Amino acid sequence: MPPEPTPLVAVENLTKHFPILRGVFRREVGSVRAVDGLDFAIHPRETLGLVGESGCGKSTVGRMILRLYAPTAGRVRFRGEDITALQGEALRQLRPHMQMIFQDPQDSLNPRMTVGSIVGEPLREHGAAAGAALRERVEALLDAVGLDPAFANRYPHEFSGGQRQRIGVARALALNPEFVVCDEPIAALDVSIQAQVVNLLKELQERLGLTYLFISHDLRMVRHVADRVAVMYLGKIVELATSDALYEEPLHPYTRALLSAVPTHDPEREATRKRIILEGDVPSPAAPPPGCRFSTRCPVAVAECSERAPEWRTLRPGHQVACHLAE
Amino acid sequence: MPAAQSSDLTAPSRGLQRHRSLWMDVWLAFRNHTGALVGAGVFIAISLAVALGPLIHTVDPHYLDILAKNEGPSLKHPMGTDNLGRDTLAQVLAGGRISLAVGFTAMMIALVLGTLVGVLAGYFRQIDGLLMRLTDMFLALPLLPLLLVVIMLFRDSLRAAFGPETGIFLLVVFIIGITSWMQTARIVRGDVLALREREFVTAARSIGTRRRRIITRHILPNVLSPIMVSATLGIANAIITESALSFLGLGFPPDFPTWGRLLFDGANFISVTPERVLWPGLAISLTVLSVNYIGDGLRDALDPRLRGA
Repeated sequence: MPPEPTPLVAVENLTKHFPILRGVFRREVGSVRAVDGLDFAIHPRETLGLVGESGCGKSTVGRMILRLYAPTAGRVRFRGEDITALQGEALRQLRPHMQMIFQDPQDSLNPRMTVGSIVGEPLREHGAAAGAALRERVEALLDAVGLDPAFANRYPHEFSGGQRQRIGVARALALNPEFVVCDEPIAALDVSIQAQVVNLLKELQERLGLTYLFISHDLRMVRHVADRVAVMYLGKIVELATSDALYEEPLHPYTRALLSAVPTHDPEREATRKRIILEGDVPSPAAPPPGCRFSTRCPVAVAECSERAPEWRTLRPGHQVACHLAE
Repeated sequence: MPAAQSSDLTAPSRGLQRHRSLWMDVWLAFRNHTGALVGAGVFIAISLAVALGPLIHTVDPHYLDILAKNEGPSLKHPMGTDNLGRDTLAQVLAGGRISLAVGFTAMMIALVLGTLVGVLAGYFRQIDGLLMRLTDMFLALPLLPLLLVVIMLFRDSLRAAFGPETGIFLLVVFIIGITSWMQTARIVRGDVLALREREFVTAARSIGTRRRRIITRHILPNVLSPIMVSATLGIANAIITESALSFLGLGFPPDFPTWGRLLFDGANFISVTPERVLWPGLAISLTVLSVNYIGDGLRDALDPRLRGA
């Protein structure tokens, strides 16, 4: 995919440090460096996959782009406009353009509200529709995500996980957003339901021209959904490439280790699949190792790796990696 | 998306469902809660008796008929008389007005204060510490000396401003309210702290819902259960605290009947006329019990998960 002139979303040096407070006076004794200096762009109508293991900062990235968390440093640009410092009403006016689909469909719907009022909330909040028009729009949205419009009077607990996730999708789409952060939208669902929801998301993307940031730890699903994929490790992006390039020729040792853990459905290839087993645990994000953050577990690390942080290099067209050894 | 449409859920009553209002649902569920219905019945009966009873049983509760003292139940005095010959039924009816009014008003004050402090402390981190230390301070205050001081300071000026009865009523209600909101505040704060991290609150923020609406639409309805429980217990507490205050001579004047006052006065004569303790005691117990059941039923009816489809 050739990069287009203005990306829809661009982040520069995006950083989030959560302070660690201790003692009676709640002094700051350190910080968890959840996200540490990210640069990437998302182009209109593409899906950028963001993968990495639990705790590497994926969700924090999504929430910072939506300004649900305030970044510690760096910038978020939306349609070229710097939205990092927007406050109050200006931020509220921006909200309809970027929405979020949540991980846990059980937790993301208020149990005391009917489906109709959940899906209708964005419309009412922004005065987009009222009365009969509101009801019609809610029914159209439910229909669009494959739910019976008559469900509007029901409560979330009456639905299965997959249906609830569809309600979440309908709510996210209510205000016709351009950009949607999908924060592990399928992690809490059964495998059979995962495919349905992912296909729904793809279909809606084609129909409505949506742009996704698709956060997941399911590498196979990301390959299926994403145009480009960014791999995160301990608060940093280690590799970013088109999805085909990344899966065919991973350049970073961490990406290789991740991909080697994905089972294949071809028994012959599965028999010869060599897993790269990483030693040790992920270091604490409160005290990341010096140099390359992956150096403590990297199977091919050399002395330089623990001394100097690797640069972000473009090794192939559209294929970037942060590793001293990759070529 | 074929699998998600389980049409059996919707097929039967599409037209009927369309205009089902939330409060209709709540009422239908409440109606199915036997305990709550009985409670509501008893409570309405007590309220009606207290409100309309004196119109039917027209004996003056203050009238001393010294010749008819310590009488048992008779047609003229259905609940007997006390040691000064006052009619017990008339006193219970008159006392009920005060006790119910005090119970409800004090509970409302405590509830509003407690919920306000709890929600503010739980939702706004900056003032959490301040509000919770305030709550601790109120919990640590020695209640009786405080009451003595407050009543000494304000009784006469309130009496002068509102008349003896209204003045004392305001004072008692205010004191009970101001000294019983802390438990509610703590419970509500804890629940709000947990709720504000839930994804549906994050979702509301990402929609651009204003903070006021997030609190009223997403937070408050979900802390309703502990609030409801506090409310029903609060009524009982307020009625009993009022009795204690009256007993100490800090509440209503001695000749002014309230249920608690009647109970304490009657306790001295329990061997002579046990029904003098029985009737006001029964009235307090029934009120508290019925309110508890109503609260229980309301809590269940307001929770869609317990309401049943």
